[in-house]
Amino acid sequence: MQISDNWIDIAYLISAVLFVLGIKGLTKPKTAVRGNLLAASGMGVACVVTLLHRDIVTYEIIIGGVIVGGIIGAILAKKVQMTAMPQLVALLNGFGGGASFAVAGAEFFRGGHPDTVGIIATGIAVLIGAVTLTGSFVAFAKLQELIDGKPMGFPGMKLVNAILLLGSVAAIAYLVMNPGVEPVFWGLAIAAAILGILLVSPIGGADMPVVIALLNSYSGIAASAAGFVMGNSALIVTGSLVGASGLILTQIMCKAMNRSLTNVLFGVMAEAGEAMDQDEVYEGKIKSTSAEEVAMVLETAQRVVIVPGFGLAMAQAQHAVREMADTLEGMGVEVEYAIHPVAGRMPGHMNVLLAEAEVSYDKLKDMDTINPTFEQTDVAIVLGANDVTNPMAREDKGSPIYGMPILNVDKAKTVVVVKRSLSPGFAGLPNPLFAKDNTLMLFGDGKGAVVDITTALKEG
Amino acid sequence: MDFVSQLTLFVLAIFLGVELITKVPPTLHTPLMSGSNAISGITLVGALIAAGSDAGLLINVLGFIAVVLATINVIGGFMVTNRMLAMFKRK
Repeated sequence: MQISDNWIDIAYLISAVLFVLGIKGLTKPKTAVRGNLLAASGMGVACVVTLLHRDIVTYEIIIGGVIVGGIIGAILAKKVQMTAMPQLVALLNGFGGGASFAVAGAEFFRGGHPDTVGIIATGIAVLIGAVTLTGSFVAFAKLQELIDGKPMGFPGMKLVNAILLLGSVAAIAYLVMNPGVEPVFWGLAIAAAILGILLVSPIGGADMPVVIALLNSYSGIAASAAGFVMGNSALIVTGSLVGASGLILTQIMCKAMNRSLTNVLFGVMAEAGEAMDQDEVYEGKIKSTSAEEVAMVLETAQRVVIVPGFGLAMAQAQHAVREMADTLEGMGVEVEYAIHPVAGRMPGHMNVLLAEAEVSYDKLKDMDTINPTFEQTDVAIVLGANDVTNPMAREDKGSPIYGMPILNVDKAKTVVVVKRSLSPGFAGLPNPLFAKDNTLMLFGDGKGAVVDITTALKEG
Repeated sequence: MDFVSQLTLFVLAIFLGVELITKVPPTLHTPLMSGSNAISGITLVGALIAAGSDAGLLINVLGFIAVVLATINVIGGFMVTNRMLAMFKRK
C-alpha cells in the first residue's frame, strides 16, 4: 500500500507533536513516565507511516535490521546497571551518530542530482555523524575503563585536528563542485572518524559528563542534517530538539565545574596557584571520630543533610544510606539530600542512583535550593564527595577551583565526612573543610560506616 | 521541501527545544538524555527508506546498518528511560 507524501508529512507532524509533549512530560517526575510513552508512540507513528513510503519496495532487510537492533537494544536496556548509565548513553549517542552517517551515505550513493544544499547537508551529516560515532566509542571505553581515563595526546595534536577539520570542509566543498566523487566521500568519512577519536582522547575522566552531553547534542544535529539531506521534516525538527537539549546540558555541566567549554575540549586544567601543602592544611586540626559518636550527634539533631558523591555509588552504599535516613526519620529528624550537578558521572546521575534505592525524589535538592538551608542544618554528612564541598572554591582566589559553585556544607553546625583517607579528589587539592573546627572525620569504607552509624542509632 | 522552509523548521525547533529543556529539573537530566537519545533514533525513518529501496546493494547494506543502529537507539533508549523513570517515586 502506498499513500501520498502529504499524508506522510502530516503523520510526521503528529509524531513531532508527540515528541514535544513527551519532553514536556519530563519536566515533572509525576508526568515523566507518560511523557516517555508519548514520545515512544510518536516514534511508532513515524516508523509505521514511513513503511508506506513509495520508495520502499522490499521489507526483508528492514525486518532483519529491526529484529537485530531491537534485540540488542532491549538487552542493553534490561541489563545495564544504573552506575553504568553514562556508558550506555555514550554508546547510544555513538549509534545515533552512526545511523545518521549511514543514512547520509546511502543518500550519497543513490546518486540522483542533489542540489548544493543537499550535498552540503550530506557532508555535514557524514562529518558530525562519524565524529559522534568514534568519539562516543572513546568516551565509552574511558567510562568502562577499557582504556585509561587520563587525558591522552601527543605534541601537535591540535594542529592535526585543525588539518582534519579543514580537510573535511574542503572535501565537502569539492563534492559541491564535483558531485558523486566516491573516493572523496570515503576520505571525508575517514578523516571525520579519526577526528572523533582525537577530539575525545585528550579529555580527562572527570570531564566526561560534559563530553557525553556534547555528543548527545552532536547526535541530534547529525540527525537534523540527515533530515536536510532527505527533505524530511520529522528528522529536522526532532534532531534540532535533541541538539538543543544536549547543548543546554553541556552548558549546565560546564558552569557546575567552573570550566569553559573550550577548556574542557582541549583538556586544559586551570593553572595551579601556589602549591598548597597538604600537611600544612591538615596538621593537628583533624578530628577523627567513631560511628557511635556520630550516632550520638545525630540523635540530638533536628535537620540532617546527606551529601552523596560518586564514591557512594561505587561502594553500592545507596541502600545503606536510605536505611540510615529512614531510621533518622523514624526518630523525627528531617533528612534531605544535597545533589551537586556533577555529583555523578553524567547530568542527574546521582538522582537516578538514589531513586533506585527508593529515596523519594522530593528529598533530592539541587545546589541552589539546599545551599541557603545549611545554616539551619544540624549535621551534614558528606559521603564520597570531596571537591564539590571544598570551601577554597569560595574563599581562596588563588585556588585553581576558585569560582566553582560548591555545596556550603561547612555552614552546618556539625559536618561529618566519611572517607577512607585524606587523599585528594579529582582536582588534586587538599580540602580545608576536613580541618574545620566543626568537622568530624569518620575514616573507613563508606558503606560499612553508614551501616555502623545506623546500628548505633538503633541501639542508642 | 525547499531549503528556506527546512531552515525555518530547524531554527524554530531549536528555540522550542531550548524553552522546553530548560524546564526539565536536574533530577530528571539522566532520563532526559537517554530519552532524547531514543528520540534522535528518528533517523530510523531515513534508514527504513534506504534499507527498503531497490537502489543497489551498497545502499541496502548502508540502510541495514542504519536500521540496526537506529533501532538499538529507539528500543534501548525508550526502554531504559522507562526503567529509570519508574524508579522515581514519592513516598
